[in-house]
Amino acid sequence: MAQETDASTGVNEVIDQYYSSTLESVDLAEGEILKAAEEAGFDEDELHRIGMAVRECMVNAVVHGNRYNRNKTVHIGVHVEKPEGAAGQPDHTPVARAIGTRLTIRITDQGDGFELQEVPDPLQENNLLRHSGRGLFLMGAFMDDLKVRKLPAGGTEVTLTKDIGPPE
Amino acid sequence: MSVKLHTRQVGDVTVIDVSGRITLGEGSSALRDILRELTAKGDKKILLNLGDVSYIDSSGIGELVSGFTTVANQGGTLKLLSLTKRVKDLLQITKLYTVFDVHDDEAHAVRSFAE
Repeated sequence: MAQETDASTGVNEVIDQYYSSTLESVDLAEGEILKAAEEAGFDEDELHRIGMAVRECMVNAVVHGNRYNRNKTVHIGVHVEKPEGAAGQPDHTPVARAIGTRLTIRITDQGDGFELQEVPDPLQENNLLRHSGRGLFLMGAFMDDLKVRKLPAGGTEVTLTKDIGPPE
Repeated sequence: MSVKLHTRQVGDVTVIDVSGRITLGEGSSALRDILRELTAKGDKKILLNLGDVSYIDSSGIGELVSGFTTVANQGGTLKLLSLTKRVKDLLQITKLYTVFDVHDDEAHAVRSFAE
């Protein structure tokens, strides 16, 4: 796991890792990212939502993107950005848990790639009873921002972002 | 913890007590298998008790939907019992909460099959 901090911006790269295209990798990645999110200060409910989004994204990358191909990998990059004034503070302090701390998770597969607008809306009446197709919707529902980019060289990069908001 | 399934009979209703995680892989396939097995032997009133389900992903939701349609296609009914707050939230945001007949009380749920 990478641990590089840019003191001038407070952006901390906490994960920069490649995973094999297996379901075991889904569990591993979820565990690693949840650990990073907990250290960044996210509470239990937020961790549950982040974990679900990561799991859905990893399943998409392993199953639909790389199609379990053991010659292909899934790359995960995770950054934690502290709000102004919190940069350089040690973790587990009230400042480090400040509102505005941003978690950015970037998951990249080596599949054929897809466009977000091509994915059917699972909330449409005629799609409600479909067996699959809810993963991307759930990622968007559980995170503050979801971006999907089909890479020119092949593969898909999904960026998930979540901020520590005010207490509910 | 992976999923655990226990089947019991309450009158003519088959109750499946589910505990653990219903996720892609072992969890969702175990649920699929038991629902297919029950419908194949003619069970038409199935109550899925999700009170001890700690986690469900989109694959698990897919199995609930498939189970619902499989049972309905055989002329039966699948109902849900004791959703945790997180599972309930998940069914609500996916607009599936109103598709399923959901109950909090087992006795009431069992009686509802006769209505």
